[in-house]
Amino acid sequence: MTMKTRKSIFIASCLLPGLFLFLLFKVYPTLQIFQKSLYLWTGLSDKPKFIGLQNYTDMFHDDTFLLSLKNTGLLMLVVPIVTLLIALVNASILTKSKLKERNIYRTVFFFPSILSFVVIAILWSFIYHPTMGFLNSGLEAVGLDKWALPWLGDQRVVLWALAVTLIWQAAGYYMVIYMAGIDGISPELYEAAELDGATRIKQFIHITIPMLWEIIRVTIIFSINGVLSISFVIVSVMTAGGPDHHSEVVMTYLYSQAFTNSNFGYAMAIGVFIFVISMILALLSNKLTERGTD
Amino acid sequence: MAAESTLNRPEKRAGSMIGKTLLRLLLIVQTAAVVYPLLWNVLASFKTNAEIMENPWKLPKGIEWINYAHAFTSARIGDYMLNSVLVVILSMAILLVAAVPSAYVLGRMRFRGRSFFTNFYMAGLFVGGVYVIVPLFILMNSLHMLDNRFWLSAVYATGSLPFSIFLLTSFMKSIPHDYEEAAMIDGCGYFSTMFRIIVPMARPGIITLIVFSFFDFWNEYVMAMTFISSDAKKTIPVGLSNLMQIQQYATDWGSLFAGLVIVLAPTILVYVLLQKKLTEGMMLGGVKG
Repeated sequence: MTMKTRKSIFIASCLLPGLFLFLLFKVYPTLQIFQKSLYLWTGLSDKPKFIGLQNYTDMFHDDTFLLSLKNTGLLMLVVPIVTLLIALVNASILTKSKLKERNIYRTVFFFPSILSFVVIAILWSFIYHPTMGFLNSGLEAVGLDKWALPWLGDQRVVLWALAVTLIWQAAGYYMVIYMAGIDGISPELYEAAELDGATRIKQFIHITIPMLWEIIRVTIIFSINGVLSISFVIVSVMTAGGPDHHSEVVMTYLYSQAFTNSNFGYAMAIGVFIFVISMILALLSNKLTERGTD
Repeated sequence: MAAESTLNRPEKRAGSMIGKTLLRLLLIVQTAAVVYPLLWNVLASFKTNAEIMENPWKLPKGIEWINYAHAFTSARIGDYMLNSVLVVILSMAILLVAAVPSAYVLGRMRFRGRSFFTNFYMAGLFVGGVYVIVPLFILMNSLHMLDNRFWLSAVYATGSLPFSIFLLTSFMKSIPHDYEEAAMIDGCGYFSTMFRIIVPMARPGIITLIVFSFFDFWNEYVMAMTFISSDAKKTIPVGLSNLMQIQQYATDWGSLFAGLVIVLAPTILVYVLLQKKLTEGMMLGGVKG
């Protein structure tokens, strides 16, 4: 009996610190956003008033929210596809071609993914800067003056400019994941394909991609979620949602509703909405990329 | 090896030479795209303001160390850095205290509720980030935890907890059970078995965790910006983004670039030292996660 109580005490004291933090800072706030999204709550001193689903219906009449949703959707579509494609191609080049300096490339390409998002955002604000940035003056130097744009100030291109920054940040990270995966593929498969006269490109399509498919599925979900959270930092530092909300993403909109307008209930409803959407997207991409067994 | 035999044919070899050159070109262009912005930043940090406003492709005429001095004096980069170091150490300590014993128990002991707790933490992998920042802010406000570096660290540690437990549990599981039995026979208690025998054996997993969390904690921006209000307690990312907003009016660009370099330098150093560890860790955690 004493042995058993000693064991129970040990288990409990091991689990307690973690559970305390987890319940307080993770579980409770998560439950709160679902509950308080049903309230009108404007300001910390204000008493929340129950309004049912009003916050949710308001969302769909809120033009800025809809624009931010569209922008986020575009980024979540374009950025993962391009990022993962670049990562896959680079990973397979670096593992399959016997270039002597491939470790240098790997080290360099991975580097942006450990940089602070803020540092990246500041750096790219200057790259895109109309007068100080090297992008525009570089374009002018090679005679492409017409292409020199105020990248972050132009409604039409601002989102694409941000997408490039997001891709620059993440491609190396996924490349390293894929390289680990490719190392795990049996070299005999490639040797056999080589004997059959399959080109490198054919090997890439018929061996590398199918063998990595499970990893690719996971990285798609990682990458979609990554865009959601990283776009917040990139947008708030680089453009603050401008010009005229054309680079607003849902996270920056949620944040400004909460901390600029003190519209807590509404902000939490947006939070729930994004949470549900990202869950659905994860399930959907999981379903779509499932390899049929039939 | 099959490749070698085909390489003997001359036209194949020429083709592969061209192919290789093209591949190299592709990789070199990408390398430039990664390295040049960083290099440009370093060069700009040595320029005077007038030079920065001029042609961005020009090299600096002299080295303006004064930019670095300004970064420390007027921009307070040193203070922000100290805050970041403090927050990283605190977060790491809290994370290890919470995650290591939990992972030990969940990975190596049999008891009722074990799978419940494991799944509970697993679910935590899917929630978090910016969604919960509003209720978290309100909670911390009512518990008087705002503008406090310890509680910021506690929130950071909690954010990393689900993944850390997930990673460490699988590590703990891979250690054979004989060690505990032997320790028990030698009269070792539960606590000393855990700390003296199993934890040292799980060190590779713990180190991986520390390396990954280091970058997460060091770079975190959104929560630091929201939960810390006094300038004296701000961490590097928040300090830098403030600095950028200020410099748009003060136009002391040189010291902003110097500030960026000061922040980049330790990251590069840690990266060079731990590069292998990091990419190994990706294989442990990233792929299976």
